[in-house]
Amino acid sequence: MSANERLATPSSVAYPEQRKEFFAKRESALAIFSFMVFSFLYLPVGVLIVYSFNRDGVGGFPPKHLTLHWYAQLFSDGPIWDSVINSALVAAGAVVVALTVGLLAALALDRADFPGKSTFRRLVLLPLILPGIITGLSLLMFAVSLQFSRSLTLVFFGHGTALVSVATTELFAGLQKMERSQEEASLDLGATPWQTFWRITLPNLRLSLIAAGLLVFTLSMDEIAVTFFLIGSDNTLPLEIWARLRRGITPEINAISTLIFVVSVALILVWYRIRTRTTGSEVQELLERP
Amino acid sequence: MYSRAYKTILSAPPLLWVAVFLLLPYALMFAHSFWLVRDGLIIHQWNLQNYAKLFENHVYLVVLLRTMRIAAGVTLLSLSLGYPLAYYMSFHAGPRKELLYQLVIVPLWVSYLVRGYAWKTILGSEGVLNGFLQYLHLTREPVSFFLYSPFAVVLTLTHIYTPFVFLPLYASLEHIPRHLIEASHDLGASPRATFFRVILPLSLPGLLAGATFAFVLTLGDFLGPLLVGGPSSVMIANIVQSLFGTAYDWPLGAAISVCILVLTISLLFLTESLEKRWSFR
Repeated sequence: MSANERLATPSSVAYPEQRKEFFAKRESALAIFSFMVFSFLYLPVGVLIVYSFNRDGVGGFPPKHLTLHWYAQLFSDGPIWDSVINSALVAAGAVVVALTVGLLAALALDRADFPGKSTFRRLVLLPLILPGIITGLSLLMFAVSLQFSRSLTLVFFGHGTALVSVATTELFAGLQKMERSQEEASLDLGATPWQTFWRITLPNLRLSLIAAGLLVFTLSMDEIAVTFFLIGSDNTLPLEIWARLRRGITPEINAISTLIFVVSVALILVWYRIRTRTTGSEVQELLERP
Repeated sequence: MYSRAYKTILSAPPLLWVAVFLLLPYALMFAHSFWLVRDGLIIHQWNLQNYAKLFENHVYLVVLLRTMRIAAGVTLLSLSLGYPLAYYMSFHAGPRKELLYQLVIVPLWVSYLVRGYAWKTILGSEGVLNGFLQYLHLTREPVSFFLYSPFAVVLTLTHIYTPFVFLPLYASLEHIPRHLIEASHDLGASPRATFFRVILPLSLPGLLAGATFAFVLTLGDFLGPLLVGGPSSVMIANIVQSLFGTAYDWPLGAAISVCILVLTISLLFLTESLEKRWSFR
């Protein structure tokens, strides 16, 4: 019997009946446990959605008298929709800033060498892991020292700064996956770096840009820790909800939360589809290496 | 391949943005921590009083220790939920792997506020859980200790951070070469030995990354205690938040923020160097 054959010997020795049984038992135990973890992850959202149709408030059991009353109330609720518009404006601005700065930062990290590059990388990615309260407060102090009052504009700068890290990570991953040969060919054939950027790099990065933009938009719409300290008299949607939580809660908040959930999931599914098409499932990378 | 000018054009704007909106504000926060407040005005007089206060008044230390306890609880709980889940999905889920993976991702990006609020409606004294218990005649009176307790904060934050912990764990388990596990079995190691001597050590980098995430994010959290915690679960960031609000002592708040910042960054450095040492890749 050659060495190779010995290595390829079926695992009858390694897996006696007893052990197979053990594996089967362990697998079903793990399956049950995993199911419970999933229930834990989804239970609160499920409860939230169910009670958005409950006539008699956000608690009690079982939910009864199902009604669309809270949704009707929500759709005629002016301040909520004003805050939605505010949030959308801030998020749109944050997307522009985060994509512009993030793209340049990703390009610099991908292909330029400069002193302090690793420090720069850490700095850009810092807001990804730093508590929002620190980012928010330091920006607040900065704004106040410039006699700049709390407002949506300030919130926009806050989101832009906090989310540049997300955009940079996304776009950097996209650049790393990109074939360099086209760009090299373009440069070799006499195109300027500027032309190469617009005609080759940017179009090739299109999907990553859309994915990063969607992600930044969603995160900005949901952002609360940074916003909390920078907001003026005009609320964003999360801050409007926050203010209402203090005044007592009704299923109307469940209704808006349900809508937020549905929209986030929709955006995330689109993002995820694009993302898996461009760079593979490397969300982990984003989280693994802050 | 690219000219120096091209590279400068690339790196200058992000550097500038980071300098203006990140470095400068952090520097200002650092500066604030050495100033003081008199008669409601911030006096630019350099001193160490704020830091002295942090050491003299035990409240801060007590709250910091509580915060770390809560963070440790959240970390352990998220790991004990996330690890078996990641293990199951990596080794046993088969063709359902991709679907299950996306199912973990979805809650990750769903509004923090929405999830915190959901727990509030579940745990409240007139909440869903109490309604359920009374419906089953397990309790007659509403149980009030679910909400506004450190327990509620740990539960809510565990719910929020479990997917965060899961992702790096899953990634590291997926990266383990399967032939190493087969080799371990073939060489006669028991399943237990295989787990503790092959799988667990190889998944340490992911474990560490996940734990760091949960711990650091909890350390700076102030919304959880505001939403579902009571006075007994005030965390360090809540003190900062009140110092920047009603209590109006920005310099002291800045000093605490600097401490949080230093703590966070040293934790990140520590885990990064540990991760490098434990990494077999």
